[in-house]
Amino acid sequence: MTFGRGLHALSIASAALITVAFALVFFYAPNDADQGFIQKIFYVHVPMAIVALCGFVAGGVFAIKHLRSGDRADDLRSYVAIHISLVLAVGVLLTGSIWARASWGHWWVWDEPTLVSFLIVFLLYACYQPLRFSIEDPERQARYAAVFAIVAGAFVPLNFTAVRMAESLTHPRVLSTTGGAMPGEMRLTFLVALAGMACLFVTLWKYELASKSASIQLRSLKRRLAGDDGLAPLNRSAAPQHL
Amino acid sequence: MPALPLDDAGPYVAAAYLVFLALILIYVSIMATKLGRIEREIGELSELVERRSERSGERDQERV
Amino acid sequence: MRGTVAALIRKDLQLERRSFESVPAMLMFSIATFVLFHFGLDRSSLAGDLAAGVLWVTLLLAAVLGMNRLFLAEREQGGFDGFLMAPVDRTALFVAKAIVLFCFLVAVELVAVPAFVILLLEPDPGQALPELLAVLLLADAGIAVVGTLIGALGVQTRARDLIVPLIALPLLVPVVIAASEASAPLFAAGGADAFPARWLVVLALYDAVFGLLAYAVFDFLLEE
Repeated sequence: MTFGRGLHALSIASAALITVAFALVFFYAPNDADQGFIQKIFYVHVPMAIVALCGFVAGGVFAIKHLRSGDRADDLRSYVAIHISLVLAVGVLLTGSIWARASWGHWWVWDEPTLVSFLIVFLLYACYQPLRFSIEDPERQARYAAVFAIVAGAFVPLNFTAVRMAESLTHPRVLSTTGGAMPGEMRLTFLVALAGMACLFVTLWKYELASKSASIQLRSLKRRLAGDDGLAPLNRSAAPQHL
Repeated sequence: MPALPLDDAGPYVAAAYLVFLALILIYVSIMATKLGRIEREIGELSELVERRSERSGERDQERV
Repeated sequence: MRGTVAALIRKDLQLERRSFESVPAMLMFSIATFVLFHFGLDRSSLAGDLAAGVLWVTLLLAAVLGMNRLFLAEREQGGFDGFLMAPVDRTALFVAKAIVLFCFLVAVELVAVPAFVILLLEPDPGQALPELLAVLLLADAGIAVVGTLIGALGVQTRARDLIVPLIALPLLVPVVIAASEASAPLFAAGGADAFPARWLVVLALYDAVFGLLAYAVFDFLLEE
């Protein structure tokens, strides 16, 4: 089972798109009328947020596939997608906090629904690996993790809607861009940044999948060559260890 | 809500982009460690295969 | 299926009536939390969104106590194995346990909400009672559905009473949001304000989505 197919092309595409995106951000996109230079953070914060959310939902989709087919490869795909999205979620919280500090003076604002929703989503998915780690039997671990990923994946859009409804009634969006339509240059820059972030996610996802699958296959190769006694026993792990 | 002038805003924007970069680089370095371990294990395995083919080579020689 | 559900509900309610473990504990916990809030906030009476927030956070934390214990008997006394051997639809266990948790919550609220009104609430919520009941019932349904699913998820892991609150509380944030936004005008200082019915729609949607999802997915938690 090769997970690394297309990795080369993808990584080049990601590097190219992100470089072009950064160039556009600093040399092409105009300064925002309200927020000035601060608004540039938008081009790294929002694509990370969108890609992380899609990643969490994708984790849920692979979990559904795993439950239906019992295929452990889908469990691995789900695990890695959630893992990388969690890293991106940390990035969203950090960049969002920096943006809040720069434009509002506080390191945190409750008025920004995206940021608040991400805090809740982060708290939820932070339990994914501890949950996996607390179940020893690998088949059950995969199954329970899949149930969690499905419920959490369905929760993400619901949570966003609820938080947005709660905040928008009392305060206007603090960290949105020029209220109303985004000028063409900004939109192009944003789309390139989004495409670059999405390519980066898929690249890192395949990268980690290939690495994990290599370790797993290596272990089974070792067992065949050295016999069961030549093998160190598997430690408990949150990550899938069988394919 | 007034926008900060460029000199004050620069560090914040730079910090945000640096967070992004740092996350990627930390991830890559963790993956690099894993790759190193995989390489080491492959080395051990090929050694195992070497030894085994040597042993069967000696056995063939003894029979002859 | 209905027969199985009814039998399971009857068993759990009888167990609770004989041993009196979950409901009194949840109730005492709620009242103790009200006292804590009185001292923590240093207020003798609350109104508006502060009152709604205190009530809903307390009810949610009490529900977490109930969630942890919901499947405990099954886990420790082999009830899961017995159930799996019976020729019944496995989802019946989910429906039954969710209804049981819902009943526990209603039982707790029957005493805890009047206690809250007496201890901490400033205005009289008399005329807003039907709306308050609607919010309570819809929110309880959501808590029951999610609580049963996560209770079942957690009971078979090693760190069960730690992991259940950690997973359930973020999942229940929309319920807290909707329930407090809906009940805040009912506790307004100058008498009940206009009731924002859209939050009831949000609660109903949440209940429907998670109800269906939990119903679909629960089977996989029981496989051996």
